[in-house]
Formats: sequence, structure tokens, C-alpha cells
Amino acid sequence: MKRDNSNLTMLLFFVAPSLAVILVFFFLPVLAALVMSFTDFDIYSLGNFSYVRFVGFDNYIKLFGNPTFWLSLKNTFYFVIIGGPLSVMVSLSAALLLNSKVVKLKGLFRLTYFLPVVTTLVAVAIVWRFIYHPHYGMLNYLLGFVGIHEIDWLGDPKFSMPAIIIMAVWKNFGYNMIIFIAGLQNIPEYLYEAAVMEGANEWQQFKKITIPMLAPTTLFISVITMIGYFQLFAEPYVMTQGGPLNSTLSIVLYMYQEGFRWWNMGYSTALAFALFLIILAATLIQFKLQKETED
Amino acid sequence: MKNSLKYLAVVPFLFLCLSCGGKKSEGIVIDFWGMGVEGEKVDSLMVEFEKQNPGIKVKVQKIPWTAAHEKLITSYASETMPDVFQLGNTWIPEFEALNSIEPLNGMIKKSSIVKPDNYFAGIWETNVLDSIIYGVPWYVDTRVLFYRSDILKKAGYDNPPKTWQELYDLSMKIKKLNNNDRQFSFFLPVNEWAPFIIFGLQANSTLLKNKNQYGDFSGKEFKKAYNYLMQYYANGLAPKGMSEVSNIYQAFAEGYFAMFISGPWNVVEMKNRFPKNMQDKWMVAPLPAPDNNYPGVSLAGGSSLVIAKSSKNKEAAWKLIEFLSTKKTQVDFYKSVADLPAVKEAWNDSVFVSDKYMKAFYVQLQRTVPTPKVPEWEQIVISKIQIMTEQTANKSMSVDDALKKLDNDVDKILEKRRWIMQQKINNDLNRQQKK
Repeated sequence: MKRDNSNLTMLLFFVAPSLAVILVFFFLPVLAALVMSFTDFDIYSLGNFSYVRFVGFDNYIKLFGNPTFWLSLKNTFYFVIIGGPLSVMVSLSAALLLNSKVVKLKGLFRLTYFLPVVTTLVAVAIVWRFIYHPHYGMLNYLLGFVGIHEIDWLGDPKFSMPAIIIMAVWKNFGYNMIIFIAGLQNIPEYLYEAAVMEGANEWQQFKKITIPMLAPTTLFISVITMIGYFQLFAEPYVMTQGGPLNSTLSIVLYMYQEGFRWWNMGYSTALAFALFLIILAATLIQFKLQKETED
Repeated sequence: MKNSLKYLAVVPFLFLCLSCGGKKSEGIVIDFWGMGVEGEKVDSLMVEFEKQNPGIKVKVQKIPWTAAHEKLITSYASETMPDVFQLGNTWIPEFEALNSIEPLNGMIKKSSIVKPDNYFAGIWETNVLDSIIYGVPWYVDTRVLFYRSDILKKAGYDNPPKTWQELYDLSMKIKKLNNNDRQFSFFLPVNEWAPFIIFGLQANSTLLKNKNQYGDFSGKEFKKAYNYLMQYYANGLAPKGMSEVSNIYQAFAEGYFAMFISGPWNVVEMKNRFPKNMQDKWMVAPLPAPDNNYPGVSLAGGSSLVIAKSSKNKEAAWKLIEFLSTKKTQVDFYKSVADLPAVKEAWNDSVFVSDKYMKAFYVQLQRTVPTPKVPEWEQIVISKIQIMTEQTANKSMSVDDALKKLDNDVDKILEKRRWIMQQKINNDLNRQQKK
């Protein structure tokens, strides 16, 4: 008993520096932000502290009454619900392809698929702006062959979010693909051999061996992807600035605009906490679903 | 080994000592923050300044425009503001609200170089809040009409349009000439607020009312301007989308549109990026007016030089501002960055007199008005006006409804301003009662 205690103090002593750093640079700011979300802290308050008013839950009430917030929430969910699964599926397909025995030059393909992940988003965005150009863009040119008329990808509110999704999926799938490949390589070969002896076809092998064996990887990837996609920011920030008609305004972009552009810090921090709660809820739901399917 | 490491550890401290020793002999060092190209090029002018003012050294820091606002606000919050800095003139009300910039009335009164009469009245006005002067214009900009002279000629116009009516008639004629719906007359991007504000100002709208405490966009003046511009979308004279034009120089050269409103930076860009064999086919002109009072007013843009309230070297900082405001430096600065000089005298220099594009700007600069001087102004135009324009151009909302909604939104943004003004009035009353 006594020894345990001294161990604990010893442990605390060693983790104290990191704990202190986390406390000062993480928990304190989060706490400060929480307090701030109950005030109307803005540019005037920065100049004169007596111009801060405690407004209680006003920011949150204002938030829920603000159509722009709901629009940004809708846009974000649109992006997460369509883009998230799409991205996971594309990554999985690419990983399966690269892991199969028929494909040659695997290293080259792996590198090529991974390149967008490490390319600066701003550079990527410039190229995609050209691809999406309504008159001279490559995408519309290709669609022309199938008889689809010119689409104003980034200028039409109906197509701007799909355009962002396509670009985001293309840019990000390589990362998850690598994790999937690692997951696939961890599945022992003898399982497949046994299945073949039993006379299972490719599809059955995929359904009964690959999918269940990949479940932990898939859970990890979907949670990470979902959290990442909820924080959609850079793509619309460089491509559309949230336009046209706010159709690509995501929660984080809205938060950034309110906070750092207009300096409505109180309102902006309230937005941040709303986003935190949403992500928390979504993650819990996902874990729950995963557990149910496992059982 | 251990010993040598010990010595190594001393090295940083040695540098520290060197730097503290150095400072003393240098005399006064003033920090100057410049933004974008200005920040890059102003360095070369400092040699001359330091020669003229022995004992004063200038440390120039360059800040990209995209980060400038955040950087200045953070420097204010952390009390590390530079002595003197460049400030976009629409930002002055914000930094005044922060109580971070020094009133310059006293210094200007004594100065033999900086005199209000030497500046364009509209631009000077942007630096003045309740008759206190907070900045000295450094360079100016305003918006003028860029047009394809060959297309105008084809439509039967030897001169650029001088009135709203003429601009509209001309646009209709160009439309007829093109006779297709893939080419337009006037480029009026829905995601750019400037033309809408300019036409509103031209129609005599004050944009905000009651001491800038409420929006005045549903007032009849702004509505008149707004309805006028909406005709361009309704009749297919201006494109409604915004990403169709990814390269305006190319689109302008192809005749995708024949006119657009823009600022002096595009004169330089046009010279570089418009096809070489078509250089004689574009021109600039002052903006048309709603009546016969040509030219119509335009925006009073540009950057000012301001001194931080926290500065300990205000005298030296003021000397730097004076140096940058002399005719010679202003001309030199134009030659290196192509920023239009704020000092009127500089425009007598031969570089300007011989430049056919600059004439339009000189005329336009005499007719500029500032936008409402409130810290919330940029938020209003960028976050509210653009959205509304997009909506009405797409006809998802009627003009009357959209303008009313805009006023409503603007009133909400200005709530804090109203509260603070009330607060100040109450304080004054209290003080008087005590007396």
C-alpha cells in the first residue's frame, strides 16, 4: 500500500511537466473560451474592457436563431455524410486494388495516390479551379462527351458542395488508403487459404474475412475521417470563400469568419462549443453502432 | 567534451550581451510595419531617410496583406505594436475604437510638409473621426471604369459613358452587337461589393443613418442605385455567375465583357497581362454619374500612415511620416510600386502628366467620398452585402425584401455600437450632474 503511494507521487512527478503544459496551453484556453462564449467579447471590448457584457446564453440562443448557422451546419453535414463514406470507400477500393496480386508497379501507384495528401492545398485548389472552369475546364470537357451540358461547378450553389467533396475526397483518400493497406497486410494469409480450400469465392472471402478482419481499422478510419470532415475549412476557404450563396460555408469557416475576421469572439466561441458537442455526439453514436454490429 | 559543451552553452548569452551593447550606440530605432508590396519596397527608401536624420534608424517589417489585420490586432493585444505603421484607411475607425492610434492634429499643425490642402479631400476625410486626424494618407486608390475602346467604337461611342443612362444604353447596344448570350457588356461580379456601394454613394445614399447607428439600405437613394444595377442582370448585360471569369484579363481580351470597374492595380496588371497587340484597345475613364454632374463619385481608398499610441518615439515616427509625404519620396515610391501618390503636388511630375491612364485617376480622385466610418463597415459589406447581391441577382428574393432584410441584419451588427454610444452619453450626463 505504502509502496503504491510513493509510486504514485513518483509518477506524478514525472508527468507533472507535461500535465502543466497541457493545463496551461490546453485546458486554460478552453476554459477561457467557455467563459468568453457567455460574453459579447468583440473588437470594442479588446480596446476597453468595460465594454464586455455578460450575456448568459444569448450567444447560443442567437446561434440557434441564426439561419446562417443552420445553413453552415447543413453544409457541414452534407459534406460529412456524403464525403465521409465516399472517402472511406474510395480509400478501401484503392487499398484492395493495391493489395491484390494482379496489380503491377504497386509502389508507383501507392506513391501517386498518396501525392495529393502531401501536396499543399492551395496549389491543389488552383489546379482544381481550372478543372472546374465552366468553359475551359477539363471536367466539363469530359462530361461533354457524355452529353452533359456545361456545369458552373463553383458558381452554382447546387454544384459547389459536390465540387468541394470531389476535390476533398481526391485529396485525402491516399492517407486512409495507406492505413487500409497496413490493415489488409495484417490479415493472415492462411485464412484465405483455408477459405479457398472450403470453396469460397472472391466475394465471399471479401465479405467473411476481409471486412470483419478490417473492422478495427475501419472504425478508426471512419472516426478519424468524420472528425476531420466535420472540421471542413481549408477547401472552401481557398476555393470559394464559403460562396456562392453561402453554399459551401462550413461551421469552422463560419467560426473563423466571425472570430478572426469580424472579431465577434463571444459569438465565435459559442460556435466552437456547439461544434464540439456535435462531434462528440457523432463519435459516441458511431462507437455505439460499431459495438452493436460486433455483438 | 563536457567542458566544451559548457562553453557552448555560454554562446547564446554572449549574443545577448552583444545585442544589448549594440542598441545603445544606435540611437533611436523605430519599428515600421508595411504591408504587401509597399512593405517590400519601402525598405529602399529608408537609406535616404537615415541619411537625412542621423541618429534615427528604421526597422522595416513586411507583413502580407492577408495576415495584416490579425497581426495588428494581436500586436495590440500583446502590447507589441510598432511605432509607425501602414493602415488601410477603412481600418482606421477600428483602431481608433481600440484606442491604439495617436491623434496627429498637433503634429500636422506644426508641420511644414504635411498640410491637409495638399491631399485629395475625400481621401483625407477617411482619416478624420470627429475632427481628430488619425492618419496621413500614404498612397491612394479609387475605382474607375475600364473599357474596351474598340468595342465601344463599334457600338457607336467615341467617348466613354458619362451618365447612368448612357452606360445602360451603351450596354444594350453592345448586347445587340454581340447577339449571343455568352458575351456580356458590363462585368458586375455579384461577389464584389464595391460597385454596389459606389453606385449607392452616387445616388446620394449615406448607407448608414442616425450617426451611423442604423442601416439605410432600404432608403430610396440606395434602392434607386440597386434597382439600376439589377437591370444589368435581368437583361443579360452582366454575367450572374462568379467563377466563369477565372482570369479577367483573358475574358476582357476575348470580349466576354466590354467594361468593368476596378482600381489602379489593374492598370499595371493590364499592361502586363493583356495581349501585347491589343494594348491600344483598352482605356480607363472616370465613373459615370447618375445626373449630368460628371464624373460620378467613387470610393476613397488607399492606405494611411499612423503612429501607435504606445510608441515611445513619436517625434521620430512623425519625421518618418513627413519624409514619406514629401513630393520626391511620393514620386519615387510610385516608380517602384506603382501606388498612386496621396500628395497632389506629386501628380505634377512628368511620369503622371505623360501617362494617359493616370489622367482618369487624377480626375476621379477629386471626386471621392469615404464609406461610413465605423469599425463594423467591412463586416457589413463583406458578410451581408455580397450575400444579398447574390440572392437578388439569382432572383431568389425581391429587391425590396432583400434590402429590408439587409437593414435588419446591419442593425443587429450595429447593436453594440448603439449601446456604447448610449453608454458614453450616460457617462457625460453623470459627469455634468456631479458638477
